[in-house]
Amino acid sequence: MESQAGGSVFSHVPQVPEVPLYAMQAAYGKDSSPQKLNLGIGVYRTEDGRPVLLDVVSRAERLLVNDLSSFKEYLPITGMPDFNRLSAALVLGADSPAIKENRVTTAQCLSGSGSIRIGADFLAKHYGQHHIVYMSQQTYGNHPNFFSAAGIAIKTYRYYDPGTRGLDFQGMLEDLRSSPTGAIVLLQACAQNPTGVDPTMSQWEQIRQLIRSKGLFPFFDCAYQGFVSGNLEEDAQSIRLFIADGGECLIAQSYSKNMGLYGERVGALSIVCKTAEVASNVESQLKLVIRPMYSNPPIHGAAIVAAILKDRDMYNEWSIEVKAMADRLMSMRQHLFNALRDKGTPGDWSYIIRQVGMFTFSGLSPEQVAFITKEYHIYLPSDGRINMAGLGPKTVPHLADAIHAAVTTAV
Amino acid sequence: MALSRKLVQQRSSVFGSRSMSWWRSVEPAPKDPILGVTEAFLADPSPDKVNVGVGAYRDDNGKPVVLECVREAERRIAGNLNMEYLPMGGSVKKVEETLKLAYGENSEHIKDKRIAAVQALSGTGACRLFADFQKRFRPESQIYIPVPTWANHHNIWRDAHVPQKTFRYYHPETKGLDFAGLVDDIKNAPNGSFFLLHACAHNPTGVDPSEEQWKEISKLIKEKGHFPFFDMAYQGFASGDPERDAKAIRIFLEDGHLIGIAQSYAKNMGLYGQRVGCLSMLCEDEKQAVAVKSQLQMLARPMYSNPPVHGALIVSTILGDQELKTLWLKEVKGMADRIIGMRTALRENLEKLGSPLSWEHITNQIGMFCYSGMTPEQVDRLTNEFHIYMTRNGRISMAGVTTGNVGYLANAIHEVTKST
Repeated sequence: MESQAGGSVFSHVPQVPEVPLYAMQAAYGKDSSPQKLNLGIGVYRTEDGRPVLLDVVSRAERLLVNDLSSFKEYLPITGMPDFNRLSAALVLGADSPAIKENRVTTAQCLSGSGSIRIGADFLAKHYGQHHIVYMSQQTYGNHPNFFSAAGIAIKTYRYYDPGTRGLDFQGMLEDLRSSPTGAIVLLQACAQNPTGVDPTMSQWEQIRQLIRSKGLFPFFDCAYQGFVSGNLEEDAQSIRLFIADGGECLIAQSYSKNMGLYGERVGALSIVCKTAEVASNVESQLKLVIRPMYSNPPIHGAAIVAAILKDRDMYNEWSIEVKAMADRLMSMRQHLFNALRDKGTPGDWSYIIRQVGMFTFSGLSPEQVAFITKEYHIYLPSDGRINMAGLGPKTVPHLADAIHAAVTTAV
Repeated sequence: MALSRKLVQQRSSVFGSRSMSWWRSVEPAPKDPILGVTEAFLADPSPDKVNVGVGAYRDDNGKPVVLECVREAERRIAGNLNMEYLPMGGSVKKVEETLKLAYGENSEHIKDKRIAAVQALSGTGACRLFADFQKRFRPESQIYIPVPTWANHHNIWRDAHVPQKTFRYYHPETKGLDFAGLVDDIKNAPNGSFFLLHACAHNPTGVDPSEEQWKEISKLIKEKGHFPFFDMAYQGFASGDPERDAKAIRIFLEDGHLIGIAQSYAKNMGLYGQRVGCLSMLCEDEKQAVAVKSQLQMLARPMYSNPPVHGALIVSTILGDQELKTLWLKEVKGMADRIIGMRTALRENLEKLGSPLSWEHITNQIGMFCYSGMTPEQVDRLTNEFHIYMTRNGRISMAGVTTGNVGYLANAIHEVTKST
């Protein structure tokens, strides 16, 4: 196999079509309308539409930079030990029996994405059952990619019910019931992306029973802890329900949203095992997956997280800032609902205040979405997902007008 | 809330009977040969202990160093900026500055936009992205890796499922380059093979081809239509001058090769834990560069979505500011000079002790590492009897040698080798 003389061995490489969400960002950037609204991205914004640097994060950064004894050498392959310990406690609860019994191995990874990929690679290498993962039919756009890259087949379970704009619980249970024993099940712990629809605790208990009795393997993606109720402990209850039965699972955690650390890429993969010995063996094997990918994780974001989680005052400060973000999202939901109700926009808009977390699945069709982008300069993806954090009290009326026009005009 | 807590507190009988782990057949993995050395060193209580294992720079007091230019850059950044996501391909500014270091400040290739480049997770991440790219778009190809090389190179291409072959590199008898063997292996490889080359300061041997040898290697590789992939983890660390250390790459560029390069700021900017690097590939034209870059991003996306911002900000702050850049160049030269000084000191000490062996290779070799020629058994003696820690291939990290420990180190090496 020879390259052409002087030619590239990669001349056949085609260009990738742009990821639709990023193409949308680019289009928003180019739009010169003063009324334009970006409701597409999955990042938190203040009510003036500005990115947020949490006060407690800023404080932690300044503490770190002034600490001349701190060095920036390589972290261990599985990351910063303090960070790992504190992250496991954050999601599982400090008094979790799994932690007390040393049955949890935690590796710092590159945010939720990196945690899922390392988990998927680990499963591909060591999971002796079916290499199939079931994920909700509507899920975070990148979820399938982590598993395909790891060589794990993908299937879906029903999740969103367009009729009720809520959970298709029966559909979900049926699909999980008919999956092969030993299949992996990807679950979003709270504030489901993109639908904003979470199971109730009683539904979670039924899901747990089904998963355990069928011998399915649960893999949690926990990217929005704190964003549903405003309370960090509360939002981790779905995961803790599973841990309480003594069983095993994988958990991917992200600090992108709840600590505003997006670009620092901070997260953790926790593997909860049956015994401490198994957890230790698993940890040693995780290192073999990580080392040939990037050797060890980036230090800066983890140092910030550890500084905040280990200091009681800073932890409290952080909890307050998380609650404020969650409260603002709930407030925007209420504002939007009120605006549509006051306009008499046809339809039942109560789902807006029933759905939780950062996103609302508006139920708008792709044609209606295209219409509001064109006529109102409001940008959202074609599945109709609205990032509530992109709204402020001043801009809600504009969105309400747009939705009203979209549903009352033949689009 | 009450219901949820109640559910959590119940131990369900539905699961209770299963007592076996899904992971019961997972074996404990062996420790990493390089990183395991530091673990052992840290556990040693001896006051005489010396760590010449891992390749991280130390000052003359044996202390880790944060460069002044880095501290200043961090002061400017800290607490001021939100941490929004970088684009998938990373910080544009940081990538631009990084390409200038490798391809030249006034590179035509940069001006012509022929280089596909993305920010990567240090050198490891850059190599891995390239290996994955190679697998996807040249699935029938294999990678030729020098003997010896950084141990993780083998892991990277293996996990990317690219078959590996080796080419001769180190000559144990001369403790230098096996040039004849290298040339032979290049000639015998099937046309269009992929070759992994260390741009400068070869790890672990410290043995680099001369300029004339690089020119010959370039000519041969061109004749065979091989793909040259450079891992450049030590630019600036070899001679003290980043421009000079990029010589091999510049030779290949002049000869018209379409190369790939993995760059790292771990050592030369001391940004180890920040994981900042770059993968670049020189393409035929701008259109191809755009296509290749888009594919590299698609490989990074299911790995970590987008790369970390902090280290990139440090790099672009330093390289984008004339004063800070000048300070950085001065500090890099300082580190390289200290290492060159320690090479001289170690060799002189061994010669003064009347060692029967030749230690010329200590000063002939370049960069952070010295391939001492000691056997694993001799290394074990160094560790067990003298509390000196290094990897069992006899690689000494010269960065761990100081005026305070060079005498002790020379003495110990003499003790274990004098009856060779």
